[in-house]
Amino acid sequence: MRPWQKVLIVAVNIYLLLFFGPVAGFDIFRIIPEIASKPSTLLQQLLIGIANGSIIAIIALGYTLVYGIIELVNFAHGDVYMLGAFMSLTIIGAFGVTAESTGAQKIVAILVAFLGAVAFTATANVTIERVAYRRLRNAPRLASLISAIGVSFILQNVGLFWGGLKAFFPIMGVNAAAPKAFPELIGRIDVFKDILGWNVPISFSTKDLLVITVASSLMIGLRLFVQYTRLGKAMRATAENRDAAKIMGIDVDRVIAFTFLLGGSLAGAAGLLVGLYNNTAVFTMGFTAGLRAFTSAVLGGIGNITGAMLGGFLIGILAAFSDQYFSSRWTNAWVFAVLVLVLVFRPTGLLGESIGQKA
Amino acid sequence: MTSKRTYIVVSLLVMVSIVLAACGGGGGAAQTGGTIKVVSDLPMTGSSLGQTQTIVNAITQAFEEKGNKVCGGKYTIEYQAFDDASAALGKWDPDVVTQNAKTYAADASIVAVIGTFNSGAAKLMIPILNPENLVMVSPANTYPGLTKPGKGEANEPDVYYPNGTRNYSRVVPADDLQGAVAAQWAKDLGATSVYILDDQELYGKGVADVFDKTAKEIGINVLGHEGIDGKAADYKALATKIKDLVPDLIYFGGITQNNAGQLVKDIRNVGYEGNFMGPDGIFEQAFIEAAGEAAENVYVTFGGIPPSELQGAAATWRESYKSKFGSDPEVYTVYGYVAAATLINAFESICAAGGNPTDRKAVRDAVFATKDFDSILGKFSIDANGDTTITAMSGSQVQGGEFKFVTLLGGG
Repeated sequence: MRPWQKVLIVAVNIYLLLFFGPVAGFDIFRIIPEIASKPSTLLQQLLIGIANGSIIAIIALGYTLVYGIIELVNFAHGDVYMLGAFMSLTIIGAFGVTAESTGAQKIVAILVAFLGAVAFTATANVTIERVAYRRLRNAPRLASLISAIGVSFILQNVGLFWGGLKAFFPIMGVNAAAPKAFPELIGRIDVFKDILGWNVPISFSTKDLLVITVASSLMIGLRLFVQYTRLGKAMRATAENRDAAKIMGIDVDRVIAFTFLLGGSLAGAAGLLVGLYNNTAVFTMGFTAGLRAFTSAVLGGIGNITGAMLGGFLIGILAAFSDQYFSSRWTNAWVFAVLVLVLVFRPTGLLGESIGQKA
Repeated sequence: MTSKRTYIVVSLLVMVSIVLAACGGGGGAAQTGGTIKVVSDLPMTGSSLGQTQTIVNAITQAFEEKGNKVCGGKYTIEYQAFDDASAALGKWDPDVVTQNAKTYAADASIVAVIGTFNSGAAKLMIPILNPENLVMVSPANTYPGLTKPGKGEANEPDVYYPNGTRNYSRVVPADDLQGAVAAQWAKDLGATSVYILDDQELYGKGVADVFDKTAKEIGINVLGHEGIDGKAADYKALATKIKDLVPDLIYFGGITQNNAGQLVKDIRNVGYEGNFMGPDGIFEQAFIEAAGEAAENVYVTFGGIPPSELQGAAATWRESYKSKFGSDPEVYTVYGYVAAATLINAFESICAAGGNPTDRKAVRDAVFATKDFDSILGKFSIDANGDTTITAMSGSQVQGGEFKFVTLLGGG
C-alpha cells in the first residue's frame, strides 16, 4: 500500500467514526466528560478488561501454538476448553465441595480438578490431532480446516451429552443444555479494601487476582519454555521449516503431538479458571470464547505467542470500555472493527511476522 | 440362474405390494373418515427441552383422552412432535425452522401445527405456512407483532400473511400485556428508576421495549436501555456501569439461554443491591440453577398462571398430568394442553357442520371461529387477530431456590 493510500484510509475512518460513531455509542462529547467526572471507573474497567483479557489470552495461546506449527486454525480448541470446564465441574461435583466447605477441602478439590482437567484436555487434544489432523497434514489446507470444524461440532455434542448426565453427576442440574452453576470456591474478598485497607472506589477481588496471576504465570512459563528448552527449540524449528527440521533429526510427529498436548493443557487450565471465575459452565462456551480468542490471536499476529497475549489483553480491555462508554449492544462490532483496522495496516497482526516464509 | 429368477420374483412381489398398499390407503380414506395429522414444532434440543417435553406430554395427553379419535371415532388423530432446534445452537435454529415449515407445507396430510415455542421461529414459519392455509396454534409465543397491528414493527403483522388471511393463533396472552404489566408492578414495588437490558432477540427486545415505553408513561425514570450479547462469557463491565447509576430496579427482557443467569450473577457480584425483574423467558428452573444464589429475590412476570396456582378444572388437569407423567408440569404445559383441546374442538365443530376435518382451510377457519370455548383455563375465544381472550398474568419471586407465586397481575 502506498503512503497516500494509508493516509486516505485513516482519514476516511476518522470521518466515519465521528459521523457514525455516535450511532454505535462512540460519542466523544459525552464520553470525555464522563471519564473526567469519574476517572476511577476507567481504572475499574481497565482491571475488568485485564482479567477477562488474560483468560482470552490463555485460550488464544492454544490457537497460536497450533497455527504456528502446522498452520491450521484449530477450530476445535475452544471446545476442548469447554470440555476442560466440564471436567473440572464434574470433579468438583464429585468432591461435593461448596462455598461453605473448609479451605483445605476446597484446595484439595481445586488441585485435583486442575490435574484432572489438564490431563483430560491434553489427552483429548493429542487424540484429536492423531485422529483428525495427522492424516490430513499433507492434504490441501482446507481439508484439515473442515476436519477441525467437524471435531468442534462433535465436541459440542459431547458437552451437551455430558451436561445431561444428571443421573451420574447431580451437579449438572435438571437440564442438559442449560448453563451449569460452578460452585463459588474462591471467596470474593476485595484486595484493596479488605486486605490492604485502602479506601479506594475500585474493587479488585481475590478472584481477579487469581485469574491474572495464574494466567500471567502460564503465559510467561510458556514463553520461556518455547524460547529456552530443547523441545521448545524443536517446536520453533518445526514451525520454521518442517522438512529441514526432519533432516536435522527432529521427530516432527512427536513435536506436533507435543504442541497439541501443550495447547490442550492450557485449554484445560483455562476451563477450570473460568469456572472458578465466572461460576458458569455451558456447552456453547467454547464456541464463543474460541471466537474471541481466535480474534485475539489474529490481532496479535497468529503464530506469535507474545502477540496472542497482547491481543487477548487488548480485546478484553476494548470490550470492557465498549460496555462502559459506548454501548454493550455494539461491543462485538467494535471488537471486530478494530481487528479489521489493524489488519488493514498490519496484515500479519500487531506482532506477526511475514507468513510467506513458512514452509 | 437361480439368483436371477429369485431377483425377478422378489421385484414382482415388491411392486405388487406397493400397488396394493397405495390402493388400500386411498380407498380407506375416502370411505371411513381417515387420519388427521397434527404436528408440534418446538425446540427439543437444548435447555428449552425441560419445558417443551412437558408440552409434548400435555398434547399427547389431550389427544389420548379422546382416544386419538374425533367426530365419533370417524377420524383418527396422528400426532408427531418435530424439533426445531439444533445441537449447534442449543436452541431454535432458523435453518431447522424453515426446513420443518417446508416439510409441513409439503405433507398434505398435516392439517394443523402446534407451535412455535419461540416468537423468532414463528416469524419464519408463518409466512411459509400461510399460503398453504395451514393453521398454527402456539402454546408459547408472546411477541405482540405476530398478530397485533401497531404493536410491533410498522409492517407487522401483515408481512407474515402473504395471502391476506390469518392462519396463526395463540392461546397465551401476548407481551404487550406482559411488558406493561411488569412496568406497573415495578412501580408498585416502589421503583422510581430502572435500567433496562435485552438479549437483542425478537422476544426479549419486544418485552423490554414495551416495558420501556410503559415505564416512561407511568413516571418511572429510565436510566438506560441496552442490549447484551447472549453468548458473552461475562457481564462484569456492564454490571459495573449499571451499579454506578444506582437504579432501583434492573429489568432484563430475554431468555435463560441468552445467559440471564450469568448476567444476574455479575450484577450481584459487583455489589448491586436493588431489584431485578424479568419476563417469563427466565421463568424456569434452569434459570435458578444457572444463577445459583444470585437468583434469590429475582422478580418474574408470566403471561399466565403458574401450575401451582391453577384453579378448578385446571387444577384437576394438573393432578392427572402428575399421575400420568410422574412430574410437575412446567409453566407452558397447560397451554400445550389447551392448544390441543382447541384443535379437537375445531375438528368436532367441522364434523358437526358436515365438513371435512382433513381440509386445511376448514380447520383454519374453525380455529379462528373458536368462541366461548370452555377450556380448562375457563371460557375463551380466538379473536380476528388470532389472539386468545384470556388475559390473566402472574408475578412470582425466587425465594429459597424456587419460584414462589406473589401476586396476580393485569386483568382477570
